[in-house]
Amino acid sequence: MDPRKTYTIKVQGEKGSEVTLSLSGRIATENLSLFVSEADVILKETSPKKLFVDLSNVEYLDSAGALGLLQLEDRAKAKSTPFQFVNVTDEAERIMGLINRKALTTKSLVSDKRSSNLIEWVGESSLKIFNDFVSVITFLGDLLAALVHSLFHPSSIRWEDVNFYMKRAGVEGLPIVGLISFLLGLIIAFMSSLQLKQFGANIYVASLVSVAMVSELGPIMTAIIVAGRSGSAFAAEIGTMKVNEEVDALITMGFDPIQFLAIPKVLAAMASVPILTLYSDLLGIGGGLVVGVLGLDLTVYTYIQETMNVISITSIVKSLIKSMVFAVLISGIGCQRGFQVRGGAEAVGASTTSAVVAGIFLIIVTDSAFAIIFTYI
Amino acid sequence: MEKAEKKPIIIVENLTAGFGGNILFENVSFEIYKGEVFVILGGSGCGKSTLMKQMIGLYEPYSGSVVINGIDITTADEKQLKKVRMGIGVCFQSSGLFGSMTLAENVALPLTEYTDLSTEAIQLIVKMKLGMVQLAGYENHLPAELSGGMKKRAGLARAMALDPAVLFFDEPSAGLDPITAAELDSLIKTINEGMRTTMVIVTHELQSIFNVAHRVIMLDKSAKGIIAGGDPRWLKDHSTDPRVIDFFNRKVSEQKGKGP
Repeated sequence: MDPRKTYTIKVQGEKGSEVTLSLSGRIATENLSLFVSEADVILKETSPKKLFVDLSNVEYLDSAGALGLLQLEDRAKAKSTPFQFVNVTDEAERIMGLINRKALTTKSLVSDKRSSNLIEWVGESSLKIFNDFVSVITFLGDLLAALVHSLFHPSSIRWEDVNFYMKRAGVEGLPIVGLISFLLGLIIAFMSSLQLKQFGANIYVASLVSVAMVSELGPIMTAIIVAGRSGSAFAAEIGTMKVNEEVDALITMGFDPIQFLAIPKVLAAMASVPILTLYSDLLGIGGGLVVGVLGLDLTVYTYIQETMNVISITSIVKSLIKSMVFAVLISGIGCQRGFQVRGGAEAVGASTTSAVVAGIFLIIVTDSAFAIIFTYI
Repeated sequence: MEKAEKKPIIIVENLTAGFGGNILFENVSFEIYKGEVFVILGGSGCGKSTLMKQMIGLYEPYSGSVVINGIDITTADEKQLKKVRMGIGVCFQSSGLFGSMTLAENVALPLTEYTDLSTEAIQLIVKMKLGMVQLAGYENHLPAELSGGMKKRAGLARAMALDPAVLFFDEPSAGLDPITAAELDSLIKTINEGMRTTMVIVTHELQSIFNVAHRVIMLDKSAKGIIAGGDPRWLKDHSTDPRVIDFFNRKVSEQKGKGP
């Protein structure tokens, strides 16, 4: 027997005549489906002229159980079978009285928002991307205006916050940036050495690693790590403040939320990302050095000498300019996504994800632009 | 008002609780009977919301016990705690609806997790529950699209999904206008009278207390415990404790002054 069947239905009466269903036991939420389907079968098999449902032995009835009884009544009436409950207890009457039968057939006021067709989806997504682009450009404009204002009014900057975020985005990021850069340098040196060894050009491993780290990989890897660590944190922090109406409170107190919340984060990122980039370059070269010395029989001095030969001050400056622009983009997009939050927890999560994705996208696009610009200057 | 059945469904004994070593209340003991509307009242900061959260097992007390349906939740294992929690429903102050789910999905969640009912049966129950709280037709709305009162009612529909024996309410009238608050009170009363669900309500809204409560206990911050208990109407007229008199009379006059 089905363990959900905690009730019994006793059928009295001949097929086609007056039939009484005597119910007993527990008719509740867990056996609603079972009760309705069983009652349906009985209704079909007996085809009663009139149906009575005796509730005198029902021990427990909850609202779903009462709903089952009302469903039985509706089905009987749909077949034009006269229907009547008999021996209805006070409890059953009270519970059935709570059910608003009209509500069961009321159509939803709005359709399910998630079931849209492809054309609608493409249209909505395109509009969303366009609006997003406009809001990012607007925000970056506001941010630059606020940065220029801060430049002329340094006292308006919340230096304590700048300090705090430099620690968060910079100092606390040192271990992960260091580890990844070191391993990256190690891998590049190892992979390139396999090829260069064949030509007896081991010494060029040092050049390859240093050029790759300083001009491309150092700034990009650092920026991506900062986007993942700090860009997302900025978005989550400002997003939660939006949800808690803290940003609204700032506005009503006469503060500019960009000046108050975004500028310290952007300045902190602008100061710490270039330093992290230099650190990353050094650790990457260090990784290459380990492979060079241990695997390619180069001396430390030769390796460093070769590295110094290929790295110029210009390339380091270019790398720093790049990383500073990346810093503005990562922190700016993090703050913008935070300010965009409307609603609750889900919107904060979405803004965090979007801050990281948009941040990495902008890093790569800007890096490509820099590659072209630096080729011509 | 019909008298509740005199059988305790919740027994709180010598409960002491607080935060970070600061005791909010100590040795609090009371019983809640099956089918009654029991109100925990008191001024801000007296620990009434904390007491409710101890009773539903969200916070651990320093000492004492809370027995719901024969199970002491302060010592119960996860399995027993789950059993207790399936038999209770909680309406949180901020409704606690999941923002990413529609109302129908919010209400259906306990049904899909704890029963093996068919999708059609669940949809039907969801429609019935939303109808009970006068939200028929709002199945596909997201919580963010509802007013404060509607959110509270939707929270109530979700709390009632499994027809629990006990419903807990944390400040049901908070943030609602007097008319909406009175509507919610009447809904609470209807459900209590219709389904004999035991209701435990934490509030300081006097109008709500007189509208719905069968019995109250009053907590006091400085006494760190219960200072009065019983029928709120009786307490208002007969209590000799100045704190109780002050609470009932001052607030009543304030509320009359405000008016809906």
